[in-house]
Amino acid sequence: MKTKLTFAAALLAATMLSGAAGAKTFVYCSEGSPEGFDPGLYTAGTTFDAAAHTVYNRLLEFKPGTTETVPGLAESWEISDDGLQYTFKLRPGVKFQTTDFFTPTRDMNADDVIFSYERQLKSDNPWHQYVAGAAWEYFNGMGFPDLIDTIEKVDDMTVRFTLKQREAPFLANVAMPFASIVSKEYADKLEADGQMQMLNQQPVGTGAFEFVAYQQDAVIRYRAHEDYWNGKQPIDDLVFAITPDASVRYQKLKAGECHLMPYPNAADVEEMKADPNLKVMEQEGLNVAYLAYNTTQEPFDKVEVRKALNMAINKEAIVEAVFQGQATPAKNPIPPTMWSYNDAIEDDPYDPEAAKKMLEEAGVTDLSMKVWAMPVSRPYMLNARRAAELIQSDFREIGVNVEIVSYEWAEYLDRSKAKDRDGAVMLGWTGDNGDPDNFLHTLLGCDAVGGNNRAQWCNEEFDNLVTQAKQTSDQAERTKLYEEAQVVFKREAPWATLDHSLSVVPMRKEVEGFVQSPLGDFAFEGVDIVE
Amino acid sequence: MFRFFLRRLAVLIPTFIGVSIIAFAFIRILPGDPVMLMSGERVMSPERHQELTHLLGFDRPLWIQYVDYLGGVVTGDFGNSIVTKRPVLNDFLTLFPATLELSICAIIIAILIGVPLGILAAVKRGSWLDQSVMGFALVGYSMPIFWWGLLLIIFFSGVLQWTPVSGRISLLYYFPPVTGFMLIDSLLSGQEGAFTSAVSHLVLPTVVLATIPLAVIARQTRSAMLEVLGEDYVRTARAKGLPPRRVIGLHALRNALIPVITTIGLQVGVLLAGAILTETIFSWPGIGKWMVDSVFKRDYTVVQGGLLLIAGIIMIVNLIVDMLYGLVNPRIRH
Repeated sequence: MKTKLTFAAALLAATMLSGAAGAKTFVYCSEGSPEGFDPGLYTAGTTFDAAAHTVYNRLLEFKPGTTETVPGLAESWEISDDGLQYTFKLRPGVKFQTTDFFTPTRDMNADDVIFSYERQLKSDNPWHQYVAGAAWEYFNGMGFPDLIDTIEKVDDMTVRFTLKQREAPFLANVAMPFASIVSKEYADKLEADGQMQMLNQQPVGTGAFEFVAYQQDAVIRYRAHEDYWNGKQPIDDLVFAITPDASVRYQKLKAGECHLMPYPNAADVEEMKADPNLKVMEQEGLNVAYLAYNTTQEPFDKVEVRKALNMAINKEAIVEAVFQGQATPAKNPIPPTMWSYNDAIEDDPYDPEAAKKMLEEAGVTDLSMKVWAMPVSRPYMLNARRAAELIQSDFREIGVNVEIVSYEWAEYLDRSKAKDRDGAVMLGWTGDNGDPDNFLHTLLGCDAVGGNNRAQWCNEEFDNLVTQAKQTSDQAERTKLYEEAQVVFKREAPWATLDHSLSVVPMRKEVEGFVQSPLGDFAFEGVDIVE
Repeated sequence: MFRFFLRRLAVLIPTFIGVSIIAFAFIRILPGDPVMLMSGERVMSPERHQELTHLLGFDRPLWIQYVDYLGGVVTGDFGNSIVTKRPVLNDFLTLFPATLELSICAIIIAILIGVPLGILAAVKRGSWLDQSVMGFALVGYSMPIFWWGLLLIIFFSGVLQWTPVSGRISLLYYFPPVTGFMLIDSLLSGQEGAFTSAVSHLVLPTVVLATIPLAVIARQTRSAMLEVLGEDYVRTARAKGLPPRRVIGLHALRNALIPVITTIGLQVGVLLAGAILTETIFSWPGIGKWMVDSVFKRDYTVVQGGLLLIAGIIMIVNLIVDMLYGLVNPRIRH
């Protein structure tokens, strides 16, 4: 029996890597199950990897490896002078996938684009509630219902969006997974057959891979889309082998049962790097962890106090203890992979002596404060409790007494918003669309006080800069404004910026063409296996 | 007999309602607003929060939500998952066979190894064999499943490469599920090597899941046997010159098995608890992992539906067992 098993396992591994019958099969050991296959309905990255980045395309796409947008299903676009009208010229000859369950009779056109947005926008659209409890969470979260005034079909290949106010990040938003373009023809067919829920189970899009089958919580299978507008893929089949445990994913990668895996355990990374059969890619993720003081409360309303506390935190030690080095200390509120990151800014030095002196000069003695630590592990902060303990001991060095508090997660998120909340809250953010607005305005703008702005920090100079940037279409100009905003942020220190966690992607050495996405996506367009 | 059946059934209905109330209340007692959790770090406006709460029906009085829910359950509608929006019953029926297959294999292994080990240990009481069996049983019983599973994977799949790391079958094989039991489906598929692949994938998770029940069964068998071996009728059987094998196998074992069978029945709960971790380690698409994920996401409908379905199945199994006892032992009927 043992010999048989050995033989069977070896045979399987061998056939899998070489690909059965000459077909190239790429296996991705994904970390979880997709919630469904309609990207508009969900917010989880796992779902987007399985649905949006395989089956679908958007009007604009993110250029691989960057947070910049490039033409996708829209070949070009024009923005009116008042910044309110966006006219998209669609790419001609884009084919939807032909699958076992659907054969398209026409190419992608304006009807598909309008349908994809209107089903999310209009509550009287028959598809608005095609599954019970459809909340179109991202569409709402990015403010589209209040932003979009009208969507018109100018002609078969031209669509015009009219906005209610100027919003430069709009272009980045239409490249987000929730804005994927679905087939209206397929939807009509499902509606006629009384099978509307199948749109969420058997997707049809224009993307690089077509959906074949999903065995719940186990395997998702895709085939390369023969008529893909951006060229046929080097691999024939793509398989997601759902493997929730990171150690097990690593074992599967080592055994050759998969080609690439996401989210390794920090402790395994060194060993992975030493393995000659593997290679490891690393990049700062699109995230930041921070400690937000309540800048409306004494003594944290004083800049010198906040600065002094920031100088007392040993970020290197946190990165080492919590991430085993798989993170970088943060100096800015946006990650280095994002455009407009101001690298000229000097971080506050770690200097407990000077910090202590600054506190004394500010007239603060015997300070006792609360530090809030999240009860859950997040990508930007794997162990908040541990980090809070380190901060506690750092602050003790300068004579500040810290009490660590925590609540159940939903409770934590709710309570930390309160304007009269005490102490400093540890939290973080993972970017949605790669636009600096999504960090700087969303987390630190005056509008967000009492909400996402946990520092309750409303600084006129900063707010003017980020608001102006939001209303400017020119990217070079926006870059300048955001760089300046980061200078104000550093000077005023509403947060202690803690870290940007690294996104680490181990893969078999024969994998070619995988590009790590700063947005944290796992997309396999252009990926190949080269023996 | 029919009256006995009706009596048992009558008890079942209030029990079922009780379980439904507990299942319904349990997840709502836990702190954590599911609507709030849906948005995570992204703060939702109070209006949007209210809108979503309304959309999901959580703004209605609890008792109305409950009555509605119970009404649905009676007609076979367990509602849709808040997270995936899929019908709870469909997901359960898709995933349950995987858990069942794994549990059945585990309990069979546990019985086939545990009972003989227990008998041997009892018969050779005090010997090195007894000592080591009981030592192993103790270790097995206290083994943290997660660690044990990982250890086996690293050794058998990583170092020796005898078994696949995880999953139910090699990715090379694909056929639509017929019964949901991979061993049966792989045979039905007619694809060469599929069954072997399914078996090889089943080995490690079965061993892991069987470890604790095996230890418990071995210990229980040993102590039951020891008790019975001291009985007068065993001495009589020996005295009248029956061969030892017959004394132990026929006279002693049959009586010793009664508490052992009860223990085995009780292991069903242990198996379900163990399945949660085992399924997570081995990427086994069953209901254990499904339930845990749902608790973390405060997916009310899945948790209450899942609890109710599991409880329902256990109750029905119990009913069947009771009926069997009744058939075998008429005294129980009265």
